[in-house]
Amino acid sequence: MKAKKLRQLIDRVKPQFQKGGKLAKLHSTFDAFESFLFVPDRVAQNGAHIRDSIDLKRTMTVVILALFPALIFGMLNVGFQHFLSVGKDVAFFSWQGFGFGFLKVFPIIVVSYVTGLGIEFIFAQVKGHEVNEGFLVSGMLIPLIMPVDVPLWMVALATAFAVVFGKEVFGGTGMNVFNPALLSRVFLFFAYPAFMTGDKIWIAGLTKGQGVIDGFSGATPLGEAAAGHIDKMPKFIDMFLGTIPGSIGETSTLAILIGAIILVATGIGSWKIMVSVILGGLFMGGILNLWGANSYMHVPFYYHLVMGGFAFGAVFMATDPVTGAQTEKGKWIYGFFIGLMSILIRVVNPAYPEGVMLAILLMNVFAPLIDYFVVQSNINRRLKRIPVKV
Amino acid sequence: MPDTFKKYAIDMSKVIKIKRGLDIRLKGAAGKTISQAGRTDLFAVKPTDFKGIDPRILVKQGQEVLAGTPLFCDKTHPEIVFVSPVSGTVEEILRGERRKLLDIMVRSGLQPGFEPLQKGDPSTMDMEAIRQQIFKSGLWPSIIQRPYGVVADPNHTPRDIFISAFDSAPLGADYEFILKDEAKTFSTGIKALRKLTSGKVHIGLDSRKEPSKVFANLEGIEYHFFSGPHPAGNTGIQIHHVAPVNKEEVVWTVTPQLVALIGRTFLIGQLDSTWTFALAGSYIKEPRYIKGIRGMAIAPVLAGQLQEQELPPRVISGNVLTGTNIGENGYLGYYDSVVTVIPEGKYFDLFGWAMPGINKFSMSRSFLSSFLPKKSWDIDTNLKGGHRAFVMTGQYEKVFPMDIYPVHLLKAVITNDVDKMEQLGIYEVIEEDMALCEFVCTSKTDVQEILRTGLDLIRKEMSQ
Repeated sequence: MKAKKLRQLIDRVKPQFQKGGKLAKLHSTFDAFESFLFVPDRVAQNGAHIRDSIDLKRTMTVVILALFPALIFGMLNVGFQHFLSVGKDVAFFSWQGFGFGFLKVFPIIVVSYVTGLGIEFIFAQVKGHEVNEGFLVSGMLIPLIMPVDVPLWMVALATAFAVVFGKEVFGGTGMNVFNPALLSRVFLFFAYPAFMTGDKIWIAGLTKGQGVIDGFSGATPLGEAAAGHIDKMPKFIDMFLGTIPGSIGETSTLAILIGAIILVATGIGSWKIMVSVILGGLFMGGILNLWGANSYMHVPFYYHLVMGGFAFGAVFMATDPVTGAQTEKGKWIYGFFIGLMSILIRVVNPAYPEGVMLAILLMNVFAPLIDYFVVQSNINRRLKRIPVKV
Repeated sequence: MPDTFKKYAIDMSKVIKIKRGLDIRLKGAAGKTISQAGRTDLFAVKPTDFKGIDPRILVKQGQEVLAGTPLFCDKTHPEIVFVSPVSGTVEEILRGERRKLLDIMVRSGLQPGFEPLQKGDPSTMDMEAIRQQIFKSGLWPSIIQRPYGVVADPNHTPRDIFISAFDSAPLGADYEFILKDEAKTFSTGIKALRKLTSGKVHIGLDSRKEPSKVFANLEGIEYHFFSGPHPAGNTGIQIHHVAPVNKEEVVWTVTPQLVALIGRTFLIGQLDSTWTFALAGSYIKEPRYIKGIRGMAIAPVLAGQLQEQELPPRVISGNVLTGTNIGENGYLGYYDSVVTVIPEGKYFDLFGWAMPGINKFSMSRSFLSSFLPKKSWDIDTNLKGGHRAFVMTGQYEKVFPMDIYPVHLLKAVITNDVDKMEQLGIYEVIEEDMALCEFVCTSKTDVQEILRTGLDLIRKEMSQ
């Protein structure tokens, strides 16, 4: 019944936003809100008379759902790490820890969404297009790959940069070359390196000089490894569970794994890319183990899977269908090189403690090339089929 | 493995397994009974049913015609005529925008009369005599050519002729059931078709079923067995896996019931437009087969058969993936062996995209329904989303069992890149082969419409 009343209300105001109406200029915005509330009554006119129930909104909803375990875990971990650093004994699963984490993380999410969606709406309005749902996921990814102490204005700036220069200049969702969420992070990484690297930024409060108890470093496993303190690295199981310092949503491989299961089970995320990234990572890790020139290279190859943003990148970033390889064969190559480059940059290049972000952006550039070769081989196969005329 | 397979010396290793595709099990499959269609006086031949035809009208309103009298012909090939299925008078010539010919309606008279045709055994006739018979009977348009999916160009001799003996589309008709008493007419039709090609006549059979006597034991035929989900029954898919269409090659396809119709003209020496079709869909009270006449008005068939529901019905001549919306007062399409009636999905769905979706069908498993056991689905015509740019990948490939990159091909069409279209295999596909891509598309892309634009463009380029 309520739905009917809501529908009547919308139908009453709708003419205002249509051609000739007073608010016709806000057509895209109205349309976005209307289609948010109701799947439109449009029917299939050409071609297939029936259509699959899936649309971009549903797809994005599933991805956000898959991000939830990492998000909730991230909030818990932010609280847990904070209280650990100040020497307070608070259990991991506690309302106190979660409450603290929630208050830290939620503003970042709000800033990311408000900035990004605001820009998307403006662009859609100017171009007279429908508002695309792509940012619904980017808006959640951005907070999850930020260090918790990142200033909110930086989140806003980075998001704006990513949406405008990462997406809209190319023509919007579906046309972009780079993963917008990663672009926001890489922007901050190079523009404000002091805020994006180091030992202090990963735990809430540390940058503001809040008391750190003796013997507590605040460094991430990657930081420790890069500094050569292999002995100080957390245990494998801790890194797998994620009770370690790091970006908000990337520490728990377990939570990410749950997300991966959701993506693969629903058929939304490409398991081929996930698997090939892991294979690439294991391959490079194995080579470095054999090489063994320094103590970092001796870190067991499978450790890399649970360190840093590797798992998060493999499951949520590399699988972006727009910026990744689009052919099924290409996906294997694309993913493998992401894994390989991630570990190579991570271990061998001292300037960048984490290589996943750069590896994925690099392969974003190469994805069209990989597809080109895959498609070209298909074309050649077809040409060879033509019988030779004598 | 059915025993009859052994008769053909077909071993299972020769069965072509189609792995990618999708069977959409819709409610309202036609039961295996045949009813006579109610009496109807109105019939229509619709120029819009035919691709690659530029119609020139040959009759006037009020003119008396016999069954088999040409109503219009193609401007480029006037020998391709489109004839009246019954005798009577031309009721109306309906034109649309820019005087485009839409329907030519004939009201049947009391006296049945036929244009005479030749009677004889096609295997003793020469190719030209057979061609003339098919032209005169108005059945030449039954023959569809690849590339382009248009009415066959009479100037070509096809490399091969392909016939798919089963319809794998949702609620598709069972040809073996329709033709169960037509073994003679079908085999005569095959004899005629064999004379038209320098190559072979291929028949694609469903490997899961035992071939009926209609399709079995035909002479000089290449049999192929296919298993797997729709579109395994599409001739395009079958051709691709048997002998793909290369550049400058031409292949013809005919559907089984039309083969029988061609055969019948040789047996009785006149045009018999009797036609059996499945009346199916969730809105039909008693889904079953109907024996009627080609081009008949559908209203008398639907009378008393439609479910009384809140949503209005959509009447489709053809199947739900490729058919034509003809409305409750439309006419049976030239090629269609099924009429499907489903709910018109003109409604708003509150938070439809966010709900668990117990009753929502999706190839993805993003709705709860995918995890519930369900036998058949009632799907309406709602678009279930808005048009977007291409975002998802790998989706089309799951339902498109050809060694072709579907999205790349469509993008070549969108950018009018004729060379790329050719390189990416446009000669091998027509709309029906990619209809499932359109069904599953997250971005609600009009795949079939885009492909048709490309096919028309490349056909124009090639004819210059």
